[in-house]
Amino acid sequence: MRISELANPSRFLRVANLAIPWLGGATVIVFAFAIYRAMLAPDDYQQGATVKIMFLHVPSAWLGMLCWGLMTIAALGTLVWRHPLADVAAKAAAPLGAAFTLLCLVTGSLWGRPEWGTYWVWDARLTSELILFLLYLGVIALWRTVEDASRAARAVAILTLVGAIDLPIIKFSVDWWNTLHQGASVFRLGGSTIDPTILIPLLLMAAAFTLLFVTLLLAAMRNEILRRRVRTLRLLQASAAG
Amino acid sequence: MQATTHIEFIVAAYGAGVAVIVALIAWVMVDYRLQRRILAELETKGVSRRSARESADE
Repeated sequence: MRISELANPSRFLRVANLAIPWLGGATVIVFAFAIYRAMLAPDDYQQGATVKIMFLHVPSAWLGMLCWGLMTIAALGTLVWRHPLADVAAKAAAPLGAAFTLLCLVTGSLWGRPEWGTYWVWDARLTSELILFLLYLGVIALWRTVEDASRAARAVAILTLVGAIDLPIIKFSVDWWNTLHQGASVFRLGGSTIDPTILIPLLLMAAAFTLLFVTLLLAAMRNEILRRRVRTLRLLQASAAG
Repeated sequence: MQATTHIEFIVAAYGAGVAVIVALIAWVMVDYRLQRRILAELETKGVSRRSARESADE
């Protein structure tokens, strides 16, 4: 089946109904293995056991950015190709992205206190991540404020495209400015600086979080399609009664 | 040692992780059941989409 064939919401629902239980099962298995490996990971020679916060903090940071990246593609789908599922995907993804970005901020704060001596500092990485969270809240608010779904979709798409500027700022903030936050240590030229005993559990947790995200996104998209059907039926019911 | 000194930060971080994941799963599951229930109620009242009626007639 081609991806374009999933543009039909009914066909998408059939595929999602089949895929969600399997993806959910795979998520549980990968999470169980990743948590087991994370528990066995040694303490860092400088940070001690607090390095274990990284297994939550880094995957949630990646997902917060990945989700906005997906919403940016969906925004193009809404504005350029008028893909019927593009704004469904964007609307379903926003609360997920907000949740993972919030988790990134909270875990980062809890990691920062013992390592930096403070929960928060207004440096470039932390501030740009906070802006991403506020952008997510803005998108969610916009969906709820504009009653006409197609107008809301276009407004959200424009905000999403503008907000995408924050993604490279988050990524390169540690290179462009002096920050308390450490520089890139996983995906960098010259290879990762993290020891495999910590890097492998980190990548496993990232895989588990990504599977969870895909499962939740499909489920949230399915809910959004059903919600639109409910709205259509209520309009039909109202017009029949009138 | 650092492990015992900072254990409260590690526990709080993992607690936040569990809370966020459980909340997201609960949100999609409750929303799914709610939408299914409303759809079923509307269909019981005889309200259906044109495409659904056409596929039922075939």
